[in-house]
Amino acid sequence: MTHHPDFLWRDPDPRPAYDVVIVGGGGHGLATAYYLARNHGITNVAVLERGWLAGGNMARNTTIIRSNYLWDESAAIYEHSLKLWEGLSAELDYDLSFSRRGVLNLAHHLGDVREGRRRVNANLLNGVDAEWLDADEVRKFCPIVNVSERARHPVLGATLQRRGGIAKHDHVAWALARGADAYGVDLIQGCEVTGFELRKNRVVAVRTSRGRIAAGKVALAAAGHTSVLAAQAGLRLPLQSHPLQALVSELLEPVLNCVVMSNAVHVYVSQAHKGELVMGASIDAYNSYGQRGGVHVIEAQMAAALELFPIFSRVRVLRTWAGVVDVSPDASPIIGRTPVENLYLNAGWGTGGFKATPGAGWVYAHTLAHERPHPLAEPFGLERFSTGALIDEHGAAAVAH
Amino acid sequence: MMSLDCPHCGPRDENEFHYGGQAGVAYPAHETTDEEWAAYVFLRDNPKGWFRERWFHVHGCRTWFTVERHTVTHEIRKAP
Repeated sequence: MTHHPDFLWRDPDPRPAYDVVIVGGGGHGLATAYYLARNHGITNVAVLERGWLAGGNMARNTTIIRSNYLWDESAAIYEHSLKLWEGLSAELDYDLSFSRRGVLNLAHHLGDVREGRRRVNANLLNGVDAEWLDADEVRKFCPIVNVSERARHPVLGATLQRRGGIAKHDHVAWALARGADAYGVDLIQGCEVTGFELRKNRVVAVRTSRGRIAAGKVALAAAGHTSVLAAQAGLRLPLQSHPLQALVSELLEPVLNCVVMSNAVHVYVSQAHKGELVMGASIDAYNSYGQRGGVHVIEAQMAAALELFPIFSRVRVLRTWAGVVDVSPDASPIIGRTPVENLYLNAGWGTGGFKATPGAGWVYAHTLAHERPHPLAEPFGLERFSTGALIDEHGAAAVAH
Repeated sequence: MMSLDCPHCGPRDENEFHYGGQAGVAYPAHETTDEEWAAYVFLRDNPKGWFRERWFHVHGCRTWFTVERHTVTHEIRKAP
């Protein structure tokens, strides 16, 4: 065999200077590059990736897409993202397998019920589709969930967002990379940023493992490694990096027709197109960049999953892994300018960044192009931690962002 | 699972402990600006490497203690 299928993007060497250098070649970095070119005509752009494209959290998440967040600011930005998802396969001319199969968020006690109903009402006021299902309706919608009153975690009801679902994360990354590349964006892999060159309080270049690259603007999109990069520019950020574990089972026949999430028992489950069950856990409590977590976290997650789905009791785990997620104090992202001139920030998406991929790229590109936050990004600026205008999404995000 | 050396009980499994985050974050001594107060409440170091941090033996003797742990290898050593 000498034939290799065509590559979807070039593999260029870095040029000495770009208008915009994006640090991080994951979903958000690629989407930002794509929308910089598509929406703003800015194509003299490099995306620098330490490893290979989309090999970090983009390859490690559980691909859940939804927009049913509580507060107006969050609902607006996640709904913007969901609307982009709805047209993204056509836009990128690539089948992203975005399957709107519905996302259930289970309620296990009266507090959950009140919180869930409140969130449904808040979503409806924000034009986000949302329904409240009682236990019997949950059973009809997803017959394999154990809704018995005698269950360890009785199901009292659930919120349902029918437009939510899952997509194929690697297709998303490849399609965005191909799209950005076609506009002339340089996607540079194996290129680690090791420092920033500052003149007074302005970033003018990045130092990398492949040499110095001058930059009109530098845009961080590095998820769990944002703090490490920001420290090289002298910035401290309200972020802590944690392992977030997930697992897949062996391949099964179609058995689970929707996404099921439960904040109270810290588990979220869907069945991938290929057939494996994909389950996410809660973060490990400690700070880590190790891309691995404790087995006891997986054990607790499995115990909860088996209570909810007794039918899975003999399913075998195929593999587990972890990503490094950057968690902010209010479980909301941080987007916008920084105290360092021309250094921009898109971080703090924590456990829930995948669903925001197109939306984050859209508003971040706008913020870079106009040198001020996109209206949807404005509430998510760094300054909210001193003004006190936090956007507390621990309820809608919890572990299962 | 990590093993942590509780100063009172000796080495115990990680899931007996509660994580307390960065060690040595001092309460502001004086009146603060909003920015200083925000830094005290929200800003923590997040190094890739050795990190001084607090742990609480919540399911044991309930002692708080400080260790140094490496955030990539998870190696633990006594805090100086």
